Amino acid sequence: MGLKVLVPVAVVLLALGAGMIPLLATGNDPVVAYIALFQGALGSKHGITETLVKAIPLLLTGLAVSFPLQARFWNIGAEGQLYLGAIAATWVALTLTPFPAFILLPLVVLSGFLAGALWGLIPALLKTRFQVNEIILTLMMNYIAINWSNYLVHGPLKDPKGFNFPVTAVFPEAAWLPRLPGTRLHAGIILAVMMMSFIYFILRKTRLGYEIKVVGANPQTARYAGMDLTKILLLVTILGGGMAGLAGVGEVAGLQHRLRKDISPGYGYTAIPIALLGKGHPLGVGLSALLFAALFVGGSNMQQTTKVPVALISIIQALVVLFVVAGEALLGRLSEARGPLQVRRGDPTSPSYDARRTAD
Amino acid sequence: MNTIFVEMKDIVKRFPGVLANDQVDFTIWRGEIQGLLGENGAGKTTLMNVLYGLYQPDGGEIYFEGRKVQIRTPRDAIRLGIGMVHQHFMLIPRLTVAENILLGLKSPREPFLTIEGAEERILHLSTEYGLKVNPRARIWELSVGEQQRVEILKALYRNTKLLILDEPTAVLTPREVEKLFEALNRMKKQGYAIVFITHKLKEVKEITDRVTVLRNGKVVSTLVTEETTESQLARLMVGREVSFQISRPVVPKGQRVLEVQDLWVLNDKGLDAVKKVSFSIQEGEIFGIAGVSGNGQKELIEALVGLRKVEGGRIWIREKDLTNAPPQKILEQGVGYIPEDRLKVGLATRLSVAENLILKRYRDPELSKGGLFRPEKIKSYAKGLIDRFDIKTPSLDTPASKLSGGNLQKLVLAREISQEPRLLLAAQPTRGLDVGATEYIQAKLLEQKQKGTAILLVSEDLDEVLNLSDRIAVMYEGQMVGIVSAEEADRQKIGLMMAGG
Amino acid sequence: MPEILTTTFLVSVLTAAIRAGTPLFFAAVGEIIAERSGVLNLGLEGLMIIGALSGFMVGSTTGNPWLGLLAAMGAAGLLSLLHAFLCIHLRGDQVISGIMLVLLGLGLSSFIGETLVGRTTQGFQPLNIPILSRLPILGPVLFQHNILVYLALGLAFLSWAFLFKTRWGLEVIAVGESPEAADTLGIPVQALRYICVLLGGMLAGVGGAFLSLAYTRMWVDQMTAGRGWIALALVIFSAWLPQRALLGAYFFGGIEGLQLRLQAAGIGVSYHILQMMPYVATILVLLFSTRREVRQRMGAPEALLKPYIRGERI
Repeated sequence: MGLKVLVPVAVVLLALGAGMIPLLATGNDPVVAYIALFQGALGSKHGITETLVKAIPLLLTGLAVSFPLQARFWNIGAEGQLYLGAIAATWVALTLTPFPAFILLPLVVLSGFLAGALWGLIPALLKTRFQVNEIILTLMMNYIAINWSNYLVHGPLKDPKGFNFPVTAVFPEAAWLPRLPGTRLHAGIILAVMMMSFIYFILRKTRLGYEIKVVGANPQTARYAGMDLTKILLLVTILGGGMAGLAGVGEVAGLQHRLRKDISPGYGYTAIPIALLGKGHPLGVGLSALLFAALFVGGSNMQQTTKVPVALISIIQALVVLFVVAGEALLGRLSEARGPLQVRRGDPTSPSYDARRTAD
Repeated sequence: MNTIFVEMKDIVKRFPGVLANDQVDFTIWRGEIQGLLGENGAGKTTLMNVLYGLYQPDGGEIYFEGRKVQIRTPRDAIRLGIGMVHQHFMLIPRLTVAENILLGLKSPREPFLTIEGAEERILHLSTEYGLKVNPRARIWELSVGEQQRVEILKALYRNTKLLILDEPTAVLTPREVEKLFEALNRMKKQGYAIVFITHKLKEVKEITDRVTVLRNGKVVSTLVTEETTESQLARLMVGREVSFQISRPVVPKGQRVLEVQDLWVLNDKGLDAVKKVSFSIQEGEIFGIAGVSGNGQKELIEALVGLRKVEGGRIWIREKDLTNAPPQKILEQGVGYIPEDRLKVGLATRLSVAENLILKRYRDPELSKGGLFRPEKIKSYAKGLIDRFDIKTPSLDTPASKLSGGNLQKLVLAREISQEPRLLLAAQPTRGLDVGATEYIQAKLLEQKQKGTAILLVSEDLDEVLNLSDRIAVMYEGQMVGIVSAEEADRQKIGLMMAGG
Repeated sequence: MPEILTTTFLVSVLTAAIRAGTPLFFAAVGEIIAERSGVLNLGLEGLMIIGALSGFMVGSTTGNPWLGLLAAMGAAGLLSLLHAFLCIHLRGDQVISGIMLVLLGLGLSSFIGETLVGRTTQGFQPLNIPILSRLPILGPVLFQHNILVYLALGLAFLSWAFLFKTRWGLEVIAVGESPEAADTLGIPVQALRYICVLLGGMLAGVGGAFLSLAYTRMWVDQMTAGRGWIALALVIFSAWLPQRALLGAYFFGGIEGLQLRLQAAGIGVSYHILQMMPYVATILVLLFSTRREVRQRMGAPEALLKPYIRGERI
């Protein structure tokens, strides 16, 4: 357990440390910049609530990537699923305007979840039926979703009173997620935490979670144990896509109260390092999401006060991924070199025997 | 007349825990076909891999036409004129025959390829040696026999003077074998030296001039083929030592638990791996299948467990027809499976010991109700198994990957046996284990037999099969070539059957 | 309505198609080479933007766009070597490493590019090829481009010849199909992969430099605007064949040009719908190519995404 926490912490510290290099290279004072970073995120009530606000979509998309990953399925499509969720939520909110909140709001949330789930399900289905490469497919679908959303806000759903800005009309209040008064912190956080606990529950305590883990660890063994791999794959992608869809719902129904152009600054991609850091543990994903949210919020403050461009945060994110990938790879090679389970891969003529008694 | 071409002296090759080649001397003459005979694990392929530069020897020297040489990579071997055709073809399906053959060679018009010229030369070679193949065809369009011809042509094209063939007939039909032998004979007449790795005695007698027998990494003997017999070769291959006898309890036999009738199964390449196999196993009986790996044993067991399709014939388990049933249904009948490759199929090494132990029972209401696990029950169940089977692990939650080979096998055994299976399918259960773990597993198998479990034991280790089994069958080229009772079993006779005699 | 049927419209769309398609082609053909050797590099977006940035930085400071081009190749090449090291040497996950490159590239370029916003440069000016550029229709469409466009044409031919007519190309293809087979024939698998990834990175850099030195001749934050992803789609769309990549690039580039001009002509086809088209087209190609026969002819290199380890010599 200790190592599991230690490694991500080390990676983050390394990334922050390495982040100083571009700062120094451009003549900035890293200490001042980092102080502004932390102050922005954690130094005030405003900062803390803003961090939580940012953490909502990050946690949801982080789970959307992390959960299918347990079954060895890379969900690169979280960004597209987020957009689909946002689109669906918007459409429902703007079409079913007269409905009261206790009907409209759940519908909005549900529609976002389902839309995201659908967007995640399609590549999984195509993979199981036609063996299509899901990586390229989900990437393509991301950009279709983003463009579709942008098309809507520039065209059919554009707010007639919006001065031609690429935004939709404001949602009816019945479709607004309630907020903590005085802040922008919306009920999406409840959804996010609920999903986090739900995923934890599934993975730790249920048969399904066990099956997911076995499939992720060794699909052949899972098949031998009679597990239905297709069913499991489809289930995890539905849940994963749905969670990313919820992230979209949160952004439009909770934060912006409308759909606008580029509603997500790449949360679906930031979700990848978050999922990697979280190492499959929903709470780990939660903490990583908080960390990245703090980086985002602090970054804006840093840019305002020290003029260090907020792009530094992207760099730090990338460095986190870099160190995680490098770290896992290095550790993998280290454990290959020693240990009794030396598996020969790639050797065209590997001996079919291991140790043998030489008692004769 | 025949001059010495390549000499390997005192070759030693070690792998972790194995001495694959133990001071092996091997000499090859020009214009001969020499067989390299031995069971699996005897060291034949390793020796040739050393010669081909894929492995570096830990000791010994290689002389080429009297000169000492260092062969560090396949390129060096190729430069010396040594070519090797492996058991698994090294061809690229998407490319054409000509492209595969040309691969890696310098072109006469560097850097441009000269396909037309190559095609001509390939056609010429293929007619000369009777290895008909279309240079423009893509590999994926060719039959296995044709693909093998491409592999041989690859070597011939590179002015190979010494050709090594590793179990070449394993994937061929009888007709293709004939054609291959014709080609080899033609090559021999032209002065090529050929090393023919095999475990099949008939082939040795048919095609080789001399034969070297390896056993346990050592050279047993080098003979002139004409001057020896199949039974002599079998004896040399398998040995005469008296192995330690385990006292085998006699158990009154009961009902038939497994019945297999006229079974046909294909291998991964779509060829027949199991050909019309029939046998049955009763309660309390250990039925051993001896034979060199690659004669259909793996496919047989996979078909029995439901992991491989049955193309013909039937399988009954406890009177129920379970031909082509999914694994779950088969396991429900009380079948346990100890897979040959425990890492690939039996375990999920990332998961904990406890999680691996419950793999077959996780749906039991005792361990999980309504989709939810009962952690206490699981813990006590797992702990019980660990104690009962003496599995050494730091804790229940340790990832399985941290266990040693022996303990992993015990884990698999524990999981399978604790179910009180009626039928236990054990494929190479003690492969790769040290003496202690091996004895433990064998004892446990006998224990199960006494409890009335029917056991199918597949093992390359002839001693193990002879010691544990009540009846012994030998599989050769997909067929079951003889079933004898333990009393009648004679080591030499079995060895002969294993090698096709 | 009749406005779009004039030759002027046609000419301007075709010209735009070639201009907009060229950067896509550079990146795609580089990625084709890398993927042919078995390594997937999803980081094209990041490599292109780094190329755009360094090309512009050096090009505008020195006043010599060729130096800028070299700088772009160098910077993007360096980043791609990082990817190569992680994936080939350390056998890390190629997908994640690629996404990391995108984040890193975008972040670094935004960060460093702050100071360059608003600057313009001479860059690569369009040439007027004597005589030929005065032909009707064909003249402006084909013969009035900047030099990089013509270099792209040459590159298309060269890369096709390299892959299918030379010994090295055959070895690259072999390495991407079956590294084990290539290894037993003495072909240096890892080294070839490194070279191909590096080449792919450098070409992506050239694609990016085209944007900042020839297309707009100024620096705009995030100016690649998703072209890296389109280039990835293009690789699949062109079935890993450089000739098809060139035509596909012009096709995808044409979509960009078409929308602007349609709008100018008063026809409201949404920019965004058209933007979707390359992705939709690629998905259709993906689905079409899963049938076995088609896969054999047009499919991805077999060993794509699989790191190679030889038993003995790790």
